[in-house]
Amino acid sequence: MFSGQQIAELLESLGVTHVVTVPDSTIGQWQEAIERRRATQLVRVCREGEAWQVAAGLYMGGKRPLVMIQCTGLFESGDAIRNAVHDWKLPLFAIIGYRSYLNQDTLPGDTCLVFTEPTLDAWKIDYRLITSADQLPTIAEHFTASRDRCAAGAILIAEGKA
Amino acid sequence: MMSAKEALAVVHQLRGDEDIVITTMTPARDWMTMPQHPRDLVMVPSAMSHATSMGLGLALAQPDRRVIVCNGDGSMVMNLGSLVSIAEARTSNLTVLVFDNGTYEVTGSQRVPGAGTANFVQFADGAGFAATFQFSDIDTWRRGARNALFAPGPTFIWLRVESVAGMPGPKSPGPAGARATAFMAALGAK
Repeated sequence: MFSGQQIAELLESLGVTHVVTVPDSTIGQWQEAIERRRATQLVRVCREGEAWQVAAGLYMGGKRPLVMIQCTGLFESGDAIRNAVHDWKLPLFAIIGYRSYLNQDTLPGDTCLVFTEPTLDAWKIDYRLITSADQLPTIAEHFTASRDRCAAGAILIAEGKA
Repeated sequence: MMSAKEALAVVHQLRGDEDIVITTMTPARDWMTMPQHPRDLVMVPSAMSHATSMGLGLALAQPDRRVIVCNGDGSMVMNLGSLVSIAEARTSNLTVLVFDNGTYEVTGSQRVPGAGTANFVQFADGAGFAATFQFSDIDTWRRGARNALFAPGPTFIWLRVESVAGMPGPKSPGPAGARATAFMAALGAK
């Protein structure tokens, strides 16, 4: 849907200093462009719960991080989100790959479609769903609005394969 | 073996004014009995096991400060991957200490998996830490602490400490959101 260059430019324009990430087959394709652009530092972690807490440390240290993971990693992240966003009141922002949203060719009946949005609702994270390339501006708008409200937020990127 | 509180007091004595100290679980409980510093982050409430991850973020954000994470062994085995993430980030200003008492002391001293057999220094070495140390008696720790705490990192220190049955868990020193705001102010972060 988006090229790595589009995402790298967007992150730079938003002042994102660090992307803390575990890749999937869609968002992982953006890593090279983000690193090549050098405006945003990539932080590779081993599991997604880590990503939220590394982002929490970055935020408290005065940086503007962004968590970039797949929805399966969102499920793994629960306690880390609860603690960082709701205990410590840190307005973290995430871009989350929404597996199988566009098609279920790889994983027919993928339960990610059942649980992803209710999980974000449960964690009280305001999100926007991106299903087409013409919605790129929505990412910037929601990031900026969340930052201005000092609230956590997320973008769901519809994906078509596992 | 040494007392966890005695071992922690050595960290308290040696930390510099600009350093950040993160404590969680048993070390948090004992740290709160000592004089507090604006750049302390008592991670209570916590997401168990994530003090090392929080420390990595702070070390990346504040490269001119030493970040010292005082972790428990139960927390460490729950997030061993964070050692790999830290080594990958090559944060030379980050020190991770594991206070290994072999038990989940704050929940009633149940045994931690791998107690007595898991080798934390080998985990950290294998992950790629720049410097690793281990201490099991207080006199050796006192003599070696400064060199270990401030070695070019990422640095890992394994402390074998006594388990004390019947001790309560750490109590939050106040609303975490307000403490985050104060902590950020102490770091000069907005």
